[in-house]
Amino acid sequence: MIRTLLSGDLPRSRALGVVLAVILIGLAAAPFIFPGTRALNVAAKVAVFILLVASYDLLLGYTGIVSFAHTMFFGIGGYGVAIAAAKLGPSWWNIALGVGVALVLSLALAFAIGLLSLRVRAIFFAMITLAVASFFQILASQLSAFTGGEDGLNFRLPELLRERLVAYYAVFGISLVLFLALLRVVNSPFGRVLLAVRENEFRAEALGYRTVVYRTVANCLGALLATAAGVLYAVWLRYTGPDTTLSFAIMIDLLLMVVIGGMGTMYGAAIGATLFVIAQNYLQDLMQLASDAAKGIPLLPDLLHPDRWLLWLGVLFIVCVYYFPSGIVGRLRR
Amino acid sequence: MKNWIPLALVPVIGLLALPLVPSTPTWVTLTVAGLAMGMMIFIMASGLTLVFGLMDVMNFAHGAFISVGAYAGASVLLAMKPAMQSQSFAGNLGAIVPAVLAAMALAGALGWFFERVVVRPVYGDHLKQILVTMGGLIVCEQLIHVAWGPDLIALPRPATLTGSFLIGDAAIERYRMLAVVVGLAVFAAMWLVLNRTRIGLLIRAGVENREMVESLGYRIRRLFVGVFVAGSALAGLGGVMWAMYQESLTAGMGMQVMVVIFIVIIIGGLGSVGGCFVGALLVGLLANYIGYVAPKLALGSNILLMVLILLWRPRGLYPVGK
Repeated sequence: MIRTLLSGDLPRSRALGVVLAVILIGLAAAPFIFPGTRALNVAAKVAVFILLVASYDLLLGYTGIVSFAHTMFFGIGGYGVAIAAAKLGPSWWNIALGVGVALVLSLALAFAIGLLSLRVRAIFFAMITLAVASFFQILASQLSAFTGGEDGLNFRLPELLRERLVAYYAVFGISLVLFLALLRVVNSPFGRVLLAVRENEFRAEALGYRTVVYRTVANCLGALLATAAGVLYAVWLRYTGPDTTLSFAIMIDLLLMVVIGGMGTMYGAAIGATLFVIAQNYLQDLMQLASDAAKGIPLLPDLLHPDRWLLWLGVLFIVCVYYFPSGIVGRLRR
Repeated sequence: MKNWIPLALVPVIGLLALPLVPSTPTWVTLTVAGLAMGMMIFIMASGLTLVFGLMDVMNFAHGAFISVGAYAGASVLLAMKPAMQSQSFAGNLGAIVPAVLAAMALAGALGWFFERVVVRPVYGDHLKQILVTMGGLIVCEQLIHVAWGPDLIALPRPATLTGSFLIGDAAIERYRMLAVVVGLAVFAAMWLVLNRTRIGLLIRAGVENREMVESLGYRIRRLFVGVFVAGSALAGLGGVMWAMYQESLTAGMGMQVMVVIFIVIIIGGLGSVGGCFVGALLVGLLANYIGYVAPKLALGSNILLMVLILLWRPRGLYPVGK
């Protein structure tokens, strides 16, 4: 049963299995174990980001392409729901319409970008996606009549989803199902070809696989799942704005989560996202303590200042790229 | 190859804009503004494209060097109040020259350190290069916060560089003239070094075919460190100039310009300094004309230009061999 659910891709290490089980149980029972709004917000964000990071891992870890446009697709999902619900009214039909339009738009954009730049080298794709994503970000803030500009959009949801508990389990359930679906994809013959493209593109091509097609499909699939994650996040927050979806800072967060968790493992996405979101919300409190303790020593209090948490994760990121290319999951599996 | 066509695009775009802009003085103002912007972008982008051409390394942390240069320069400028407020240009130079030197020195030193510690282990692996240099960018930006504080810093321009003067009816900002002059000087110096010196010859040969230069007995790696440091120093110079142009600076400013810089070096052809120059001028001019004629379109003009150029020449204006 579990083997089928995980598509035969078992954790392959007791420690990893335990960590994953803790994350799963923690998320499944979050409303009951961790009381309070803040904790529930953290849990929902973890669930959404696990899906988002996993879809990014499909590109970065499995296919070996670096995209900086992933938050753009995340944002398209968020804005799709937000615009539909805010402008047309909070009915199920409008939400479905918004989601549908967002998915189609993401698919078209991912396909167009892929066509334009996936034929050439990884660097080219990275630079083009960066340019397109930043263009999209400016676009979203400029079309303020439509998107609410820098302020973003607050919107109302259908009656049922206004109940926080229902909304949480909807977000958690859909994330879980889509994550398992992703696991199915990467362990299918299609996923094997992606790995082959990553490892040795020339050889994959020589074996008769059209690598451009595989890359484009992976890119489109990643974009669709990111859009879905954007929809879930918007539904949870009942708000969409540039800072929660489109900003470059989130793109950097995504990179950190994938690499620290472990590229090309899917489970790494779960661990990376959980660790990062918890660090984002609670590490600062810890650093405040450390910073206070280091008072009087020159420079150290500044380095340990709560706002500098990203500095330490950045250092961890570089160390991971050099010494632990498969991140935490790779360590746990040894 | 008809290599004059991309170069001719610059005046052609200028002339095309002439009937669209309502009055000629406005056109002159916009053209100077566009050229100034292009020159500053060129200064920041040239090092990046050269590093890529020579060693196949795309340094995403280049934006951090720009920010670091800007902060170093701004610290010097803000510390030298009397020279900044001096009413003679020579007096102002007394602040600007040390600021520029400080910016270039710090950015160059950071570049040297970066090449040694961060980039060297990942030569030849694009994926890791992108990841590691992004990591370097994050750490550098955070360290700027540690060293200079997280808030936006206002940077007033030196006294003689504020305001504008008139040529006929056209108002031209003094600072923009300076930017054009400095940009031309940097381009001329780079051209001379690349085309008239032995080191330049080796660099150009290395861009064309690295293995061949190595097999002839030259240590291309040492050459590369030099180019990396020089490119970082230029990023620092561009950073100070950009900060003075915007009259404020933040740690994220480098990354913001990086988007335009990437577009410029893609347009120019990765690795080509001449292409980078033409690309920067095109982007600068177009941004200013369109920003005036149709402000709604301005944000898309860069992307549109890039797409059009790539459709025409898929590898950029001046593709580099390989």
